[in-house]
Amino acid sequence: MTSDTLQAPHMTDHLDLLESHAIFILREVVAECERPVLLFSGGKDSAVLLHLAAKAFAPQQLPFPVMHIDTGQNFPEVLEYRDRAVETTGARLIVAKVQDSIDQGKVVDPGPMGSRNRLQTVTLLDAITDNSFDAAFGGARRDEDKARAKERILSFRDAFGQWDPRQQRPELWQLYQGKVNPGEHLRAFPLSDWTELDIWQYIEREQMDLPTIYFAHERDVVLRDSMWLAVGPFVEPHTDEKIERLSVRFRTVGDANCTGAVLSHAMTLSQIVNEVAIANVSERGATRADDRFSETAMEDRKREGYF
Amino acid sequence: MKLAHKDLLRLATVGSVDDGKSTLIGRLLVDTRQLFDDQLDAVVAASEKRGVGDLDLSFVTDGLRAEREQGITIDVAYRYASTPTRKFIIADCPGHVQYTRNMATGASTADLALVVLNVAHGLKEQSRRHLCIAALLGVRSIVVAVNKMDEVNWSESAYLSVVDELDTLANELGFESVVSIPISALLGDNVVDPSLNTPWFDGPTVLHALESSDAGSWSSAHGGARLPVQWVLRQPGGGRTYAGMLNGSTLRVGDVVTLLPANIETTISAINSGSGPRELATTGLSIDVALDAETDAGRGDLIATAPLPTVTKEFAATICWFGDSPLRVGQRLRLKHTSKVTPVRVKSLNGVVDIATLAIDGNTMLQTNEIGLATLQSAEALVLDDYRDNRVSGSFVLIDEMTNATVAAGMVGRAAFL
Repeated sequence: MTSDTLQAPHMTDHLDLLESHAIFILREVVAECERPVLLFSGGKDSAVLLHLAAKAFAPQQLPFPVMHIDTGQNFPEVLEYRDRAVETTGARLIVAKVQDSIDQGKVVDPGPMGSRNRLQTVTLLDAITDNSFDAAFGGARRDEDKARAKERILSFRDAFGQWDPRQQRPELWQLYQGKVNPGEHLRAFPLSDWTELDIWQYIEREQMDLPTIYFAHERDVVLRDSMWLAVGPFVEPHTDEKIERLSVRFRTVGDANCTGAVLSHAMTLSQIVNEVAIANVSERGATRADDRFSETAMEDRKREGYF
Repeated sequence: MKLAHKDLLRLATVGSVDDGKSTLIGRLLVDTRQLFDDQLDAVVAASEKRGVGDLDLSFVTDGLRAEREQGITIDVAYRYASTPTRKFIIADCPGHVQYTRNMATGASTADLALVVLNVAHGLKEQSRRHLCIAALLGVRSIVVAVNKMDEVNWSESAYLSVVDELDTLANELGFESVVSIPISALLGDNVVDPSLNTPWFDGPTVLHALESSDAGSWSSAHGGARLPVQWVLRQPGGGRTYAGMLNGSTLRVGDVVTLLPANIETTISAINSGSGPRELATTGLSIDVALDAETDAGRGDLIATAPLPTVTKEFAATICWFGDSPLRVGQRLRLKHTSKVTPVRVKSLNGVVDIATLAIDGNTMLQTNEIGLATLQSAEALVLDDYRDNRVSGSFVLIDEMTNATVAAGMVGRAAFL
């Protein structure tokens, strides 16, 4: 650190630098692209992204809409949070429904208990095309998965929405260049260099609002495939499964039928920060069935155009 | 529990294919317990499946299907590590010549290069190319891991002969700090724990060298403040502020600044950041500032303090060319410099760097992955610093106007060793 930094009225720490870098990326993409959109799941990462976007353009309104790809298999607490967060920022919300893709015959309904995780890609790409978006901000982080660890901050998608990990554009310095031809688009990941712990430390510092399921609460769960799944409309216990009422929280938020809970008593942000700091299982490893299909499950989905 | 605030070091691996860069990063991450249990389990399972032993450490960062099939690194993997004293952002770069553009991507933001050499092979042409690019990109500190010492029976003379060759090149390239270490990434010797096989070596381990390096972030002591305007924010009541990321030096409310290229002198009347108004901003912060003068500043302009950058439509630069076909005199491209995009034309090509000797030959065409000197003409005036003075206002990329692909990394001016 330079001596100037030490004299600063506010110490510049790694959270300030991560925040500044993310704000820089948000502004750069908005300046370079015609029609950006922010993808918002209601999870902690997209919550941080929306929070940073509001800072990047304050005191003005967000210069882009917010879009939720709705699988119809959400936790109700997350939908409540989505509406609350979007209303607070005054952004325009677009909801693109997987159910509509099913009704249009574009994808096959896997049934009420089946996973709609992979179907989202079709809905997402259709919504990007229908709205002529040329850039989509996402909250993905490189520490989440080995395929994400390889991805550029501005990641090019061809006219079919595909990611080609062998042909990524060079990305030098912080010269993010976002030009695409009609039909192509970019994914932009301002949180690329944040770790899970950075996210929680930042949420604590900023005292951000989050869906309640991130905090420890009592819930009926069943142990399936070594994950604690919440019993509810999308998860019916099998006959050989025992329902238990336990203190749990969610470390990630995905579809209710493929997101596992972790056993936890962390009820405050500072307790969560401490829990994350000593965790010995990764957040996706602990809680996401969608990554367990194969060795390269995330890469395969990303190539098709997934988040 | 209060988590300590730590400083941040960005490092990139550098060196030829198969010398062990990914294995070394895998070893560092495993031996410092940075991997979660399930991530380690997954690497073990993948190693088994591909029949490469109990634990192929390169699979920690080589996460793509094609990389694991071919046993090479294709693109940069970013990994995050934290020790009691430091946070690290590690860019594990590919060594293969075909993926030089990806190596440059990883090295362009690095404060330090972790150079990996095979003790049996010394400096291959590709190692020299990578070191040359790292030096051009402004990396000033290197940690050199002389790898595969187990394959030469821990021979001190074999180590020293590679170090001699390396020291000569490092000296020519002008690195300010060079730390060499004999290691075995495969077995872990001198990576995190000191080796019993190298009693003749009393230097640090790789981890210790990375933790104690003073390769700080790249703020130049002798440059002025630079705030490239990214975006104009309208304030309630009719005023405007100019948003961008500050670099080069600090900026204070009351500082006299010059708006370029218009060359209007004015004063900073307010500074805001993500955490609200402040009196002082340091480099690396995204801020927006209000100016005393009524101006029509916009994206692409630069707010600067003395010593001021140059305003010009013609300049000499060093180019790393990544295009599939050669760069030729007269070629038209799009240039992005800070927040400004403008067409440029190659006025002249002034020679190509011979990687083996660092001499400049008289070639007037730049082939894929070659480094050369060029004079460029731009349609609009650019506000430039020499790259050696400022990594932000001295750098640019060239873009193919048809495909929008990034085809070159450019640095204003000429490195001392060229």
